[in-house]
Amino acid sequence: MKTDDLIAMLATGAGAAKSDTAARRYAAATGVGACAAALLMAALLGVRPDLSQAVLLPMFWVKIAFVGALAAASLVAVLRLSRPGVRLAWASEALAAPVLALWALAALVLAQADAAERTQLLLGQTWRTCPFLLALLSAPAFAALLWAMKGMAPTRLALAGAAAGLLSGAVAALAYSLHCPELEAPFIGIWYLIGMLIPATAGALLGPRLLRW
Amino acid sequence: MQRIPIEGRLRAGEERLKELLVRGLAGEGPAYQAFLKELSAHLRAFLRRRLARLPDEVEDLVQESLLAVHNQRHTYDAGQPLTAWVHAIATYKLVDFLRRRARRDLLVDSLDDDMEVLSSADAQAGEARRDLARLLDELPERQRLPIIQVKIKGLSVVEVARAMGMSESAVKVGVHRGLKALAAKVRESK
Repeated sequence: MKTDDLIAMLATGAGAAKSDTAARRYAAATGVGACAAALLMAALLGVRPDLSQAVLLPMFWVKIAFVGALAAASLVAVLRLSRPGVRLAWASEALAAPVLALWALAALVLAQADAAERTQLLLGQTWRTCPFLLALLSAPAFAALLWAMKGMAPTRLALAGAAAGLLSGAVAALAYSLHCPELEAPFIGIWYLIGMLIPATAGALLGPRLLRW
Repeated sequence: MQRIPIEGRLRAGEERLKELLVRGLAGEGPAYQAFLKELSAHLRAFLRRRLARLPDEVEDLVQESLLAVHNQRHTYDAGQPLTAWVHAIATYKLVDFLRRRARRDLLVDSLDDDMEVLSSADAQAGEARRDLARLLDELPERQRLPIIQVKIKGLSVVEVARAMGMSESAVKVGVHRGLKALAAKVRESK
């Protein structure tokens, strides 16, 4: 087929292009992923029984804000990485900011605590399971977001996969927060972050294979 | 000092092409065809410079890039410089091609200069070595027939749907998925 014939073929009957594809696909994927994570959390782990008291504590909302800020920043990164020729720009700083803020708070908490309490602040009761449960809850959002991204045109596939994975982790962490008994900044700054980095790493590894176009 | 005329020409080229694309995305067929035609000349010049040692591959990659531009046209945001979008797609396809050949020493030019892709044009099409028509024949019928009827014979979706006893959306989906499958076959064919 000659190039001019290809051009004629592509242009014939092309019609108007949909401009809201990204918004529709990512809204659907994030919505499905969030609902699935909430259902998994409720079915497998259960909402923490003292949730009504926990929501009165400032640290509960610090945790939600931390995870929510990471979700928002990774969504921006996902959207930017989905279009050819769009740079990440301030999205990387937006991803770093909540982590650095929480780490600063954690350092403050650790500095003020007695030496004997520090281990408890770092490990809590659930450090062995927290990252893995969080990663488990992220699985449906992970699959849905990679599907959504497959319909776009990422050119940096490992980075795009990592951003999608991180977003799925942050969505899962929001659901997990309703179960998790831990509220200390050092714990969240380590174990929640590791939990979210598990799907992010999986995305970085799978992206180059799954997202090609 | 000599950059000024080049940049002026670039800006004019960018604005002209962008206007054609935006009209094309809104559904104006002739504007879209003019866009693809003009873009193909830019892509050819861009790829010919970078594949100086593989001149026979240039036209195949021009076609592959055009198919990619078409399949991914919904990812263009009108607020974005067209040059950056086109450059990213062409570079992605070029790198993907070079990776497939697993020969890294073929790059004769820097890949990083955003401004270059629309700076020159080459309207002289060479011969493509890979025949897209043959790859098209390999597609399943539910994709191949809608493409032939709608995109090659130029029938309307309504006519094709009626003639083939399919729903209109099935015809559209067949065309859409068929062109994506065609792009995948192009990747596998090398």
